[in-house]
Amino acid sequence: MLNYEELTEIGAAERAAAQQYQHRVSVCMSAGCLSSRSDQIKDALETHAAEKGLGKACQIKGVGCMGPCAAGPLVAVETDNVLYRNVKVEDVSDIVQSLGTRPVERLVMPTNTPFFSRQVKIVLENAGRIDPERIEDYIAAGGYKALFRVLTELMPVGVIAEITRSGLRGRGGAGYPTGLKWSTVAKAAATKKYVICNGDEGDPGAFMDRSVMEADPHRVLEGMAIAAYAVGADQGYIYIRAEYPLAIKRIEKAIRQAQKMGVLGKNIFGTPFSFSVDVRVGAGAFVCGEETALIASIEGRRGTPRPRPPYPAASGLWGYPTLINNVETFANVPTIIRNGSEWFSRIGTEKSKGTKVFALSGNIKNVGLIEVPMGIKLREIVFDIGGGIPDNRVFKAVQTGGPSGGCIPAEYLDVSVDYESLSQLGSIMGSGGMIVMDETSDMINVARYFMEFSMTESCGKCIPCRVGTAHLYDLLGKFVEGSATPNDLTLLEELCDMVRHTSLCGLGQSAPNPVLSTLHYFRQEYLDRIAAVSQNGAEHIVVGE
Amino acid sequence: MSVKTLKINDQDVSAREDETILEIAHENNIFIPTLCYLEGLSVVGACRLCLVEVKGSPKLHPACATQVQEGMEVFTNTERLQKYRRMIIELLFTEGNHICAVCVSNGRCDLQYMAQRLGVDHSLFDYRSPYKTVDASHYRFGVDHNRCILCTRCVRVCDEIEGAHTWDVKGRGIDSHVITDLDTPWGSSETCTSCGKCIQVCPTGALFKKSKAVGEMEKEREFLPYLKTMREVR
Repeated sequence: MLNYEELTEIGAAERAAAQQYQHRVSVCMSAGCLSSRSDQIKDALETHAAEKGLGKACQIKGVGCMGPCAAGPLVAVETDNVLYRNVKVEDVSDIVQSLGTRPVERLVMPTNTPFFSRQVKIVLENAGRIDPERIEDYIAAGGYKALFRVLTELMPVGVIAEITRSGLRGRGGAGYPTGLKWSTVAKAAATKKYVICNGDEGDPGAFMDRSVMEADPHRVLEGMAIAAYAVGADQGYIYIRAEYPLAIKRIEKAIRQAQKMGVLGKNIFGTPFSFSVDVRVGAGAFVCGEETALIASIEGRRGTPRPRPPYPAASGLWGYPTLINNVETFANVPTIIRNGSEWFSRIGTEKSKGTKVFALSGNIKNVGLIEVPMGIKLREIVFDIGGGIPDNRVFKAVQTGGPSGGCIPAEYLDVSVDYESLSQLGSIMGSGGMIVMDETSDMINVARYFMEFSMTESCGKCIPCRVGTAHLYDLLGKFVEGSATPNDLTLLEELCDMVRHTSLCGLGQSAPNPVLSTLHYFRQEYLDRIAAVSQNGAEHIVVGE
Repeated sequence: MSVKTLKINDQDVSAREDETILEIAHENNIFIPTLCYLEGLSVVGACRLCLVEVKGSPKLHPACATQVQEGMEVFTNTERLQKYRRMIIELLFTEGNHICAVCVSNGRCDLQYMAQRLGVDHSLFDYRSPYKTVDASHYRFGVDHNRCILCTRCVRVCDEIEGAHTWDVKGRGIDSHVITDLDTPWGSSETCTSCGKCIQVCPTGALFKKSKAVGEMEKEREFLPYLKTMREVR
């Protein structure tokens, strides 16, 4: 049985082992850099270091996402405090040569820029620093201490109170208060309860949860275990989409390590609390991010949503009370327990506490993964952290929330990034996809792109979403072609209203958002595309049999 | 079990606490349109025709899947609901290829009835005129996908009442369609018991008995409430 002393010892031993090395080099082994073959760079580093006789003096470890994905593959020399970007295999010998001396100037990525200095890292505090495939590295960074504290010092109600006080809200997009959700499940009377981690991130341009699972999988497990203790569950599932093979591999490895070490499984830390976690792999349906569809999928049924209530908190997986939170929500939990709710609630705005991870992509210089405090101005994200728009083009809009969100035009760049402010502008916080668009972007095309996504990802169960999104896609196509009539604009707006208010689940209810938002801020683009119609515009109305 | 009192369209009604708005509306002869709902089958809340307004709630609630509450004030036929319902029917007509004049269920079709009752005589949306197939491989029955509205009544009756689970849904979104077994011809199905329950519950002429001419396909649904009652008695 693992106890606190042993946990501390493991961490201390790991840190001491790291100090033994004269040089410590980290190579990003997350999806973005891996796809630029950072694995070859790691191999080359090892070969060159061995050739130079540095085999014992130089630690070369694979780490998770460091953030500036567009500059990958990234290599950090921790002992020299230097970060290298766009590293190629040919550069490796120079890097090895430079260890402990002057850095290789042509590869250096300055880290005193706003991209690094303006970020506040909670969820990503270990990302890019620890080896995601070694539990000892996570423990060395203070991992699983929060779980120990919770199990030995706090009652379940105390844990929930701590989370409630922190003001943490669901990071999946809707921003439901996490403490309230936990207490609802905790209060449900049942012989069995479940905890589910929703890792079915599927928005175009979103890779936050993927990066967290790939960079720091144990953080998610620890968060889930704390939640399970708080609500009274003994079994958890992590639902990951099959498109994330690396995340699946690392989470599975993390589960095995945690079980072996005794931080998951029976009688954790010698307490009566037992908790196991299993991975469930989704077959790539976006709608399975909706909680009732996700539950159906785990149960082995077709992943389609069902009407709520009953909510999963009352009747979820196999009819038992079930807590479902997003990856990033769970990833916040260990740090909140470790540093206290008061510390956490000092970050952010009055109603949106803490930080939010965003996947910054589109027409922006610093494409990558960032974590910023809530309440930061959108302008700071785009122009300071993001470095602005490349090629001297002009900023046009930011799309947040993916196919369920909307766009925010230039005149609202000073909006505070929090749940309420973004929804007031007709967009949503969403799970963290942030696509920046410049003046060359055609907003109708953008709306049609997202509508195509919603149309193909609709499960087909309810009529408004199944047929409505298809008609919306066709109507938007008429605007793209320039063959739309004034009547089509009316139809578009009426259909948006209907799909939004009558669809069964969140996918359909929010599918019109990209259209409504572009209609609101860029209406002229729609009007410009209406074909020059004769005075008698009514002739275009199709009359049925 | 406690009894609740509520108002539907300003009419005072009473209900057992486990009853839904739709059941109470039917009991009191208040019409709420439905297509996927069928007494005796599980509730899926998919067609969205039975959405109603509840005072104090910003959302619309499916009457089939919403339990009554004390003091609830329900409105079943507001102008907004009528508009949405007409659009849903329009969407269904444009989604498939519904040619009533040559359909075995002409005059006996739930979709046609709802269209007439809700005042849908044309569609503002373009007809999608999709390519859909007919499977006539079964010796007694046929399925015409052109007329299917994906209410999944056949799927549910086959699974829940007959216990065969021959029917299911394949594909996603606008490409969804019902299939027999693993998308193999109905005639070669090894699970189908040829009981014909799917034919009887199908709201349109999508599922039909062979040898029926236009307008002849009358559906008999009495067996379902009967079975439901018998299960409750037992």
